[in-house]
Amino acid sequence: MILSEYKSKELIAQYGVKIPDGRVATTAAEAEERCREIDATKYVVKAQIGAGGRGLAGGIKFAATPSAVRSEVTKMLGKPLITEQTGTSGEIVSEVYVEAAVAIAKDVFIAIVLNPVTAQPTLLASANGGVEFEQMARMDPDVVSSIVLIEGADISGFLNGLGFADSSAAANAIASATKAFVANDMTLLEINPFAYTEAGEWLAVDAKVSLDGNAMYRHPELESLVSDDSLTPAERVAHENEINFVKLDGDIGVVVNGAGLGLATNDMLVAAGGKPANFMDIRTTATSFQITRGVELLLEDPTVKLILLNVHGGGMTVCDTVAEGVAFAYARSSRKLPIIARLAGQNAEWAMKILNDRLLPVETCKDMTSAVSRAVAIANGRAA
Amino acid sequence: MSILVDKDTKVLVQGMTGRSGTFYTDLAIRYGSDYVAGVRPGKGGTEHIGLPMFDTTAQAMAETGANASLIVVPAHHAAEAMIDAINAKMGVVVCITERVPQHDMTRVKAALKGSDTVLIGPNSQGILTPDGCKIGVMPTRDARPGTVGIVSRSASLTSEILAQASSAKLGQSTTVGIGGDAIHGLSFVDCLKLFREDDQTEAIVLIGEIGGREEEDAAAYLASLDYGKPVIALVVGNQAPKERRMGHAGTLSIFGSETVTQKIDLLRDAGVIIARNTDDVVPCVAAALKA
Repeated sequence: MILSEYKSKELIAQYGVKIPDGRVATTAAEAEERCREIDATKYVVKAQIGAGGRGLAGGIKFAATPSAVRSEVTKMLGKPLITEQTGTSGEIVSEVYVEAAVAIAKDVFIAIVLNPVTAQPTLLASANGGVEFEQMARMDPDVVSSIVLIEGADISGFLNGLGFADSSAAANAIASATKAFVANDMTLLEINPFAYTEAGEWLAVDAKVSLDGNAMYRHPELESLVSDDSLTPAERVAHENEINFVKLDGDIGVVVNGAGLGLATNDMLVAAGGKPANFMDIRTTATSFQITRGVELLLEDPTVKLILLNVHGGGMTVCDTVAEGVAFAYARSSRKLPIIARLAGQNAEWAMKILNDRLLPVETCKDMTSAVSRAVAIANGRAA
Repeated sequence: MSILVDKDTKVLVQGMTGRSGTFYTDLAIRYGSDYVAGVRPGKGGTEHIGLPMFDTTAQAMAETGANASLIVVPAHHAAEAMIDAINAKMGVVVCITERVPQHDMTRVKAALKGSDTVLIGPNSQGILTPDGCKIGVMPTRDARPGTVGIVSRSASLTSEILAQASSAKLGQSTTVGIGGDAIHGLSFVDCLKLFREDDQTEAIVLIGEIGGREEEDAAAYLASLDYGKPVIALVVGNQAPKERRMGHAGTLSIFGSETVTQKIDLLRDAGVIIARNTDDVVPCVAAALKA
C-alpha cells in the first residue's frame, strides 16, 4: 500500500531522516493559516496523491507568501490531477502539503528495496535526481547503482564513488532510512529528490513509501496511515471482499478467477478489438457473497455494456461458488446486463445450471477464444 | 521419470490440523500420494486423519523417512515453518501460504543459502506429477501422465492449460507453480534445468506474467546453450493495468522489464516458441512435438 508524500516523510522523520518543515491541509484557509507556523522565506504547495509524476503535471507550486499559498491551494483542491501514472481521469486532490522551500545545491536519487533474489535490503542510488529522473533512468538503466545494505557495508565509500557531496552525512541519513524500511515492513522507500542543501544538509524533499499490506498485522501503530492512498472507492470495496479489482476505461466487464487468467482474458479482449472495463481476480478465499459485491461494482458502472464471465474452477474456488455470486448480484440489481460465460474445470456444469435456473441473460461459449469474440461483437454493436 | 517428486516421495504436512491443511492432505491422499506424517508443535504423539503427528519436522523425518513437505500454516508462521524444514534438511518444501510478509523472506533466503533444500513458493499452487505425487492445492481431475512439463507463475492458467493439454491427449510429466510472490524459492531457470535432464519430459510449457525477472533469466539461460527440447511460452499481462507503482524506473537490472513485449522478445530470441494466447499453447506444443 502506497503512502502519500507527507505520510511517507513523517514516517521516516521518526527514524532521524531530516525533512523540510511542513504541514498538511484540506482547505485553502487551513493551508494559509498553518504555513504561518513554518519558518520559511518561500513555500512549496504539493498535491497529495498516490501517483507519481506530479511535478511535471502542475501538482507542485511555489508561493512567496501565505496568501499566495492560499491561492495556489484553491486552484488545486477538489480538482483532478492528471499525471503520466494516473490514467486519463486523473486523481482528485483532497489534501495538500505546504512546506518550507529549501535552497538546493544538488538533487540525487536514492531508493531502498528488497532484492527479489536474495531478499536483502538493497540501496539504489544515482547522483542524478529530481523530477525528470524517471525518464532519464528509463533511457539508461546504468544511471542507477546498487549496494546490499548488510552490516559493515561501506555505504559512505559507495556514495563517494558516485560523486555524492558529504557522503558520510548521506550514509548516516541512509542508515536511518534503512531502519525505517526494516522496522515498518516497507517494500519500497524512495527519496527523490534527496537533496543536499546550500546550508550543507541532506534532506528528503520528496519521499514515497510502499508498505507490505501482508505485514500490517504486526503494525497496529500504522493503522491510521494504511488506507492505500492510490485506490479508488470501487477498488477499495473489491479489496475488502477478497477480489483484486482495477478499473479500466472500456465497456466489457470481466469476472475472472485467478490473476493469470484475468490478465490472459484482458490480453485476448484487446487483441480481438474489445475494451475491458476492469481487471478482476477473484481470490481463492472469496465467498459467493464477496463475489456478489465484485459483480455489483460492474452492474453499478454505467459504462459497462455486458459481462464476460471466465472461470476455471479448481482448488478452492469452484465454478458454482462464482455462479452463486453472480446470480445473487443479478437478483439484487435491476440492470440485467447480458452475460457471456465460459466455464471450465471443477463444477462447471453445476454452475451453468445455477445461471440458467435463475433465468440470467446468459449465453455460453465452449472456449475462451469464442467467448472473447462474442463479447467483443456485442460490445461493438454487432450482436447478431 | 518426472522432476522433484514421484510415487516414491514421502510427504509430511506442516500445519496439517488446520482447515486448509486437513482439506488438502485428504485430497492428496485420495489422489494416491504417499503422505506419512503431520507436524504441529504440541500435537506430537497424536493422530490426525489417520496420520501420526510430530512436534518438529526433524522428528517426523527421522521416524517416517519423509523427504518432502507441504506447508499450510498461517502467513505469520510461514517463515518459521520454512526455516524449520530447511534446517531439518528436507528435500523438497512446498509452501502454499499466501500473503507471507516480504521481510520474512530475508530470513528464509538466508537459511536457504548453502542448503540443498528445494523451496517451492510461497504462494505456490505446488507441484504435481500426475498419478505419482501431488503436493499442493491444484485440481487433479484433468491431469494425465505424459511428456509435457509445465512451469508456471499462475495457478489458474496452469489448470487451464493442463485441462486443454489432457483433452488433446498430451499428458504431463510434472507441473510446477513457482509461486506468485515477488520473493520466492525455485525459479524458472531451476525448473528448466531439471526438465532438461528428465527423460520423460519432451516439451516444456512456460507460463509467465508481467513483472519480475523470471522470464528474462529463463531467456538468458536458454540463449546460453543448446537446450535440446522445445520450450513453448505464454506470457500474459500485455494489457495489464499500468501499475501505479512508484519510481521503479532504472531498476530494470533488479526488477525486470516493464512490459510483456520485452519479455516475449527476449524469449523468442532465445529460441522459445511464443503462444499468441491461452488457447494457442496446446496447438503449439502439439506442433512442436510432431516436428
